[in-house]
Amino acid sequence: MPNSFYRVTETPIDTTLLLAAVGDPAAGGTTLFVGTTRDENEGRVVERLEYEAYEAMAVREMQRIGDDIARRWPVVAVAMVHRVGVVPVGEASVAVAVSAAHREEAFVACRYGIDTLKATVPIWKKEYYRGGEHWVGPCYAHDASLRG
Amino acid sequence: MTVRVLFFAYLRERVGIREARIDVPDEACVADAWRALTARYDRLPAEAPRFAVNQVYVDKGHPLHENDELALIPPVSGGI
Repeated sequence: MPNSFYRVTETPIDTTLLLAAVGDPAAGGTTLFVGTTRDENEGRVVERLEYEAYEAMAVREMQRIGDDIARRWPVVAVAMVHRVGVVPVGEASVAVAVSAAHREEAFVACRYGIDTLKATVPIWKKEYYRGGEHWVGPCYAHDASLRG
Repeated sequence: MTVRVLFFAYLRERVGIREARIDVPDEACVADAWRALTARYDRLPAEAPRFAVNQVYVDKGHPLHENDELALIPPVSGGI
């Protein structure tokens, strides 16, 4: 792919950088997905979220997803950015942008990009809510010894 | 041989360190390193996490080499 942009950042995500990174005269459609932290999760009042990354591998894994997208769909460019550290409620924790000649590929590939990022990129979220904190994930709720 | 081990997120908090070096026999694989780690750190969970060697996901049978970077990858939860 001629253009690609994969970053882990401690500062607020600037979506204009992603859009600029995927901009290309060959692109007729660009999709931008922005994930922002919510103030509620499973009935808890969330005060802030904190993300930790295995940064070197996270960037490599984003690159791998971008290469995978380019093999599956005729896209022009892919950009992915994930924020780490404390992310206050309402701010972006992740953004994915895909440009393609036509909107169909741009939508499908962007959806695939964020879904795959969530499943494979080594980044972890800790939720600080009113009355406690915990790492978000499928297994932790069942690991009673964690509370010891 | 010596392997560098990285701990992240809840595993980092449980063990209390980000990084360690362990000695494993030549010809050791990831599963051998995991056994050595659980013997050394009793706060590691019984169930193995995912593993990455030199920043690529691998299975437990993956062979290790001197100075490899072995990362213990608890279930990821990036995104929103």
